[in-house]
Amino acid sequence: MKKFSMGTFLIYLFVTLFSIFCFLPMLLTLIVSFSDEMSIMRKGYSFFPEKFSVQAYRLIFQGGSNVMQGYAISTFVTVVGTLLALLITGLAAYTLSNKNVKYRNAMSLYFFVTMVFSAGVVPWYMICRALKLYDNIFALIIPNLLFNPFNMFLIKNFMSSLPDALRESATIDGANDAYIALRIYFPLSLPVMATVGLFYGLAYWNDWWNAIILVDNRNLYPVQFLLLQLKSQIQMIRDLQYLGGITTGPLPSESVKMATAIITIGPIVLLYPYLQKYFVKGLVVGSVKG
Amino acid sequence: MRGGGCLTMQDTKLIRRNGLIKDIRRNKFSYLIILPALIYTFIFSYCSYPYILIAFQKYNYEKGIFGSEWVGLKNFEFFFLSRKAPEVTWNTIYLNFLFIITGTMLAVVIAIMLNELKCRIFVKNTQSIMLFPNYLSWVVVSYMLYSFFSTEHGIINKVIEAFGGNRVNWYIQPNVWPAILVLMRIWKGAGINAVIFLAAITGIDEFIFQAASIDGANRWQQIWHITIPLIMPTVTIMTLLAIGKIMYGDFGMIYALIGDNGVLYPTTDIIDTYVFRALRKIGDPSHAMAISLFQSAVGFLMVYGSNWVTRKFFSEGALY
Repeated sequence: MKKFSMGTFLIYLFVTLFSIFCFLPMLLTLIVSFSDEMSIMRKGYSFFPEKFSVQAYRLIFQGGSNVMQGYAISTFVTVVGTLLALLITGLAAYTLSNKNVKYRNAMSLYFFVTMVFSAGVVPWYMICRALKLYDNIFALIIPNLLFNPFNMFLIKNFMSSLPDALRESATIDGANDAYIALRIYFPLSLPVMATVGLFYGLAYWNDWWNAIILVDNRNLYPVQFLLLQLKSQIQMIRDLQYLGGITTGPLPSESVKMATAIITIGPIVLLYPYLQKYFVKGLVVGSVKG
Repeated sequence: MRGGGCLTMQDTKLIRRNGLIKDIRRNKFSYLIILPALIYTFIFSYCSYPYILIAFQKYNYEKGIFGSEWVGLKNFEFFFLSRKAPEVTWNTIYLNFLFIITGTMLAVVIAIMLNELKCRIFVKNTQSIMLFPNYLSWVVVSYMLYSFFSTEHGIINKVIEAFGGNRVNWYIQPNVWPAILVLMRIWKGAGINAVIFLAAITGIDEFIFQAASIDGANRWQQIWHITIPLIMPTVTIMTLLAIGKIMYGDFGMIYALIGDNGVLYPTTDIIDTYVFRALRKIGDPSHAMAISLFQSAVGFLMVYGSNWVTRKFFSEGALY
């Protein structure tokens, strides 16, 4: 056993400090969301509020704001979007990994080109408008997130690494292409499918880009975008008040704001063990080897 | 493995002689299931390329791409003669440069440190904490930032007041924002990058360290002469990818943290937020497209340039 040296101690100290630096803002948000509104007004945000309260959460869950509706929209978009995206991506990946398909490399190139050359936001916006993907729920699902060549190549690489003997022996036993895909390749690829599913799921849940560009109807705002709107309104009014002394009506309370942020993180916290297991692995494989 | 291992020589010849139609007939199912992805990519990527032309038009939504008036380089002129052109270009490159330098260095340092620590429970737990911010959206992060920097209730102002100072309205001080943005970027991204580099370090052959150890190298020498040189290819590739994207700002970050706060634009407004405003707030798609095209063109040169430099001085790190 080596001696516990000064260097080791400094490393422990630094890593601990960095972890605290990462953790504190989340902790503060959590504590403020459970703080009593009056103590926030008196003492500001604090790690040690005078009084705790669940008032903010009660307000949100009783429908005191439109957060719950945004939550429902986000949930729907995330579930449907992730399933669809995973289906399209996984099926395409299978074909690209199928060595019987002669033009698979040509098709890989077809997808790869779009990863290198992107025309940018404006053409994408025009196409969405042309397809009537505007101001409806499909505008939150179909553009931008539904299919990502990078994810497809991730699955394809995994499937290509499976032994060829699998396909050969199954073919000899009389299995057709569909059977091989659905009964052999997809079940074996579940880990990588889980990884890509989490990539998509997180992207859908955290997305507000589609909403900001393609949705005007307030009833369709996902929770992330509602949160953004809530903040920019409040901040603008605050800054104006501070600069020019303009007084306005009552603002959404501080604790409700933070509570909204916290419940937005909810699903991520619930899925965190899986994120740690599959997401990180996929990211490491993608960036080190890809 | 041409034509697949399950086929005889004769079959292989047959496939090679016939074209796409024959191949589709042989692999109906495979071609059928890739169809959605092919169509999706065709519509959302390939069909988008012609729209680049509207950068040279005065685009009219009713008349479309074929009916709109051609104006040559007017849109580019308008942008390059404006005060905003140097501002947003500089901010985009400068901020990304700061993010790349600070983020990479810190991530490498943390990765090396984590690799030195032998207490598995400690490493696992600190990693879990460090990675968590990565999964949050910038909108949520903006709330956390606000809880520290808010003028009225923010912790930082409370601390300043406690020491007898005056409150600072951070949201009207452009000069401090590059630093704040760098801090937030580190907060959100350093953990995940450290884990990626850690994977590269754990991939190093343990025997190299053992051999060095037998030869009398201490931990510090091992880090300096083995670990760092051996993870340099990974670091270079990731930096290279980042430099290739240096013209592309992080819209999500800037818009969530800064929003439409014009006071902060001098140091925080980037090409992407400017394009967004030109498209959605001002409603001039041709102008937006012109800037976007300028961004892509310079970005493309950046990828080539950075790769050329790397190949010249550090061949293992080059991408192609």
